[in-house]
Amino acid sequence: MSAILKPKSKLIVCDGNEAAAWAVSLANVDMVAVYPITPQSSLVEYLAKFIADGRLGAEIVDVEGEHSVLSVLQGACLAGARTYTASCGPGLAFMFEPYLRTPGLRLPLVMTIVTRDTLTPQSVWGGHQDAMSVREVGWVQMYCESVQEVLDTTIMAYRIAEDHDVMLPVNVCHDGNYLSFGAARCELPDQEEVSAFLGEKNVNWHVALDPQRPMAVDPLTGGAGGPGPATFARYRKGQCAGTQNALRVISDAHEDWGRRFGRYHAPLVESYCMDGADYAIVTIGSMTGAAKDAVDEARARGEKVGLVKVKTYRPFPAQALVAALADVQAFGAVDRSVSFGWNCGPLFQDAITAMYSAPRRIPAMSFIGGLAGADLTVSHFERVIGRTRELARDGHAAETVWLNGKD
Amino acid sequence: MKQQAYKMFDASTIPDDLCPIATEPTPMLPGDWRSMRPVVDRAKCVKCAVCWLYCPVQCVIERSAWFDFNLKTCKGCGICATECPQRAIAMIEEAA
Repeated sequence: MSAILKPKSKLIVCDGNEAAAWAVSLANVDMVAVYPITPQSSLVEYLAKFIADGRLGAEIVDVEGEHSVLSVLQGACLAGARTYTASCGPGLAFMFEPYLRTPGLRLPLVMTIVTRDTLTPQSVWGGHQDAMSVREVGWVQMYCESVQEVLDTTIMAYRIAEDHDVMLPVNVCHDGNYLSFGAARCELPDQEEVSAFLGEKNVNWHVALDPQRPMAVDPLTGGAGGPGPATFARYRKGQCAGTQNALRVISDAHEDWGRRFGRYHAPLVESYCMDGADYAIVTIGSMTGAAKDAVDEARARGEKVGLVKVKTYRPFPAQALVAALADVQAFGAVDRSVSFGWNCGPLFQDAITAMYSAPRRIPAMSFIGGLAGADLTVSHFERVIGRTRELARDGHAAETVWLNGKD
Repeated sequence: MKQQAYKMFDASTIPDDLCPIATEPTPMLPGDWRSMRPVVDRAKCVKCAVCWLYCPVQCVIERSAWFDFNLKTCKGCGICATECPQRAIAMIEEAA
């Protein structure tokens, strides 16, 4: 990250929720619909303030629940508005019916998931279980590591979502507690430069609620025996293609962002200390900061360990991950959530699935930690590094290791 | 009044695997898939208009001394028959 401030940028100190609100303001969003929920609440309070202060000229709709949040935004999007909301955990669960429908309608909504563990047991604290539970629905998912990355990624999300070759809703995920409330230095880019980066709104050229061009939105396709199922499959395949296109568009957007604003964030996966690494740990989200510190300390002791952070999780950057892990003997993936039925973490599962296409098979292990707001510290990652080193040596993968289990 | 026809949006400019939309109105009406049809007993009908109030698709038509149904748009839900205070409406099975 550049230490020198761009001439027109402004330096502030804020938490991740405020950074997301600043991004929404800079993206000139037209319509915000929100329902507050911990740990997202302060984000929508910042937005309400920005709108009340006249900083953001958007309509804000305080609806009676998250199902209505997304239903309102779908209508607004079909009418041509750039839209935003944020939710998490039980709110996301209540939103599920319109949430499923949004990617199929190819609406370029942007929604922050301030990640939180799902119930039960009762918890209002961070964890990736909510966002991971909706990973197969069709939204693009990007996980942020820092407050600055929350701001930059939320702005970029609009360019990615509204790209002609993508036209999909985007979830920008940031860790509840650690990013939502952790304050850090943050550069606010200049409004005109952000507007130039985002370009014209491109929201409803393909489907619209518009009396000037009447159409039926999402008519029934019909069942077996007619053309319905083939029509259905055609749209599904189109959606798959759009989702895969997002990999290129995300990379291009991050590259252009770096050129314009001097901050180059890794778009798909980030390789850290991977030169000459014998083994690697794979991380996602805000845990990566502590993991990088642990890697630095291990490297200082002469350990040949590297780190690969997954930023874009849907579409899964399989090729980029395989390339990043091409030369290591083993890897350990650390998840802040659980894949029930596999008894491991979902990031681990996706990583080994991607690695099936690698020229050689390497052993891998799943680590789960940081559930319900538990901190993932440097010492946790020392354990991960130690266990992955053993794995690289003897090739014996053990069952999933629970990092905070006895804390 | 002559119904104004909207110029429909040209869907051929949109990829056919993007968002499912339809720009040609379907000629089908609810009557095309109705399984039961309401029939009024004119001797019992007192023209109280309860059926007219309750009909969800507004297919009840006012005649001189009774109420009748537009069978093109009646979907055969039977709410009119249930609500009629005079029991003047019977639901009859449509021919297969």
